[in-house]
Amino acid sequence: MEKVWRLVVVILALTTQCLAWACGAWAEEATEKIPAVSLQSGDIAWMLAASALVTGMIVPGLAFYYGGLVRSKNVISTMVQSFGILCVVSLIWVLFGYSLAFAPDRGGVIGGLEWVLLSGVGAAPNPMYAPTVPHQAFMLFELLFAAFTPALIAGAFAERIKFGSMLLFAGLWSMVVYAPLSHWLWGGGWLARLGAVDFAGGAVVHISAGFSAVACAMAVGKRRGWRTDYMAPHNLPFILLGAGLLWLGWFGFNGGSARGANAVAVNAVVVTHVTAVSAALAWMIAEWRHRGKPTVLGIASGAVAGLATSTAGAGLVSPLAAIFLGIAAGLCSYLAIVWKGKIGYDDTLDVMGTHGVGGILGMVGVGLFAAKGHLAVQLVAVVAAGAYSFIGSYAILKLVDGASGLRVTPEEESTGLDLTQHNERAYS
Amino acid sequence: MKLVEAIIKPFKLDEVKDALLEIGVQGMTVTEVKGFGRQKGHKETYRGQEYTIEFVPKVKLEVAIQDNQVPRVLETIARAAKTGSIGDGKIFVRDLSAAVRIRTGETGETAL
Repeated sequence: MEKVWRLVVVILALTTQCLAWACGAWAEEATEKIPAVSLQSGDIAWMLAASALVTGMIVPGLAFYYGGLVRSKNVISTMVQSFGILCVVSLIWVLFGYSLAFAPDRGGVIGGLEWVLLSGVGAAPNPMYAPTVPHQAFMLFELLFAAFTPALIAGAFAERIKFGSMLLFAGLWSMVVYAPLSHWLWGGGWLARLGAVDFAGGAVVHISAGFSAVACAMAVGKRRGWRTDYMAPHNLPFILLGAGLLWLGWFGFNGGSARGANAVAVNAVVVTHVTAVSAALAWMIAEWRHRGKPTVLGIASGAVAGLATSTAGAGLVSPLAAIFLGIAAGLCSYLAIVWKGKIGYDDTLDVMGTHGVGGILGMVGVGLFAAKGHLAVQLVAVVAAGAYSFIGSYAILKLVDGASGLRVTPEEESTGLDLTQHNERAYS
Repeated sequence: MKLVEAIIKPFKLDEVKDALLEIGVQGMTVTEVKGFGRQKGHKETYRGQEYTIEFVPKVKLEVAIQDNQVPRVLETIARAAKTGSIGDGKIFVRDLSAAVRIRTGETGETAL
């Protein structure tokens, strides 16, 4: 017994030593590089606030938005997808995801391993990415983007995915699909070198989420009783709450992508808002004329489609262009979702119809309204992001299916995932 | 004795109840039910996906009465439950062979 205790003490002592050494080394590196002159407290404050706003988009924003859209037997299992993905992806990002996406370029396709475990990512600003805030602030902001994107995808396989397999998929996806894609556009990769512009993630976040969602819907399959059972959203107030929180958070998502508290950030927030309101009204009017009633879900969905559309060019296009983009977003997203009802795939919460469509419109919009002459390059980025996300996601899904199975049993599915995956229910 | 079953619109329940109390009906049983008649349910649309709700919520009201009350009760329910639009409901009447008041053991019409 004494031997065991002695061993424990030795191990503890060694671990503490290693930690102390690692932290010391990290702190030294962080402090010795600070060029204090370039840090701007206003920029730092805004980036921290923007990171908090983006966190609010994931939990509880997206959790409520998606949680309201499912049936009452699958509420918490859907909401916890956002929470679980935030946890898993955040950790992966800190360990090596950030390095893969943003560390010095390797052949235009991926970042190196220099910044694994955030080594060298400290208080000193990175002049290439965000010259006026600590490198860590930029890393944190990008971390939340990395977590938000797979949380969006989770809408595609809601109500039938195994919880563990979902986490495995999200973790792999963040490394295999998200990290390279964000490197291509934001980390100095080949699309950036071609001149493709993606202000806050039209391609990196929304096109990738949309096309990955299609892969998920195909790989996981339709829900049982699709088109025959009553599958209407169980809680519209949840949807409005979630959409409202997304809207609020999007000011940080797009505004923070200016990487400082400056005029670009202000333009981004104005464009975000104008696109959202235009899209909400466009969807509402389209549905009013088409189906006779202005639905609550339609107004909320239109707003989210507008927010997704605003992302690619928020800091670049004018508020007037934002009105055009918003109207296009509301109409195209509505058409895509009506059309989805006619073809046979069950992208359950319309990730492609909302975010995929919005991302494409936004990227094209940048080519039309901001980076003139770049339209062809923007289209290359759309196709590359869409194709890579679809293929990468499909491959990961097949892998996860082989390892642990993607889908719950038919009995679990009909009982509901809240009880069968978590032994809990939302409403008792 | 007769048992009158009326399937009515839920929001008409209070009016029907008050009208029946006024003409001397002593008690009633109410159940929330779902069903359809010629109205054939209604439609709901969520993001362009249309769901037909075949069974519409209704209230079923049951009243046990003496034979001579039947015309008056039927007329009262029909008047109070009527909106004139589709889905107002139906009234059914059936024979009641026995009745017991549990507390006292009274039977027949005195138990109503």
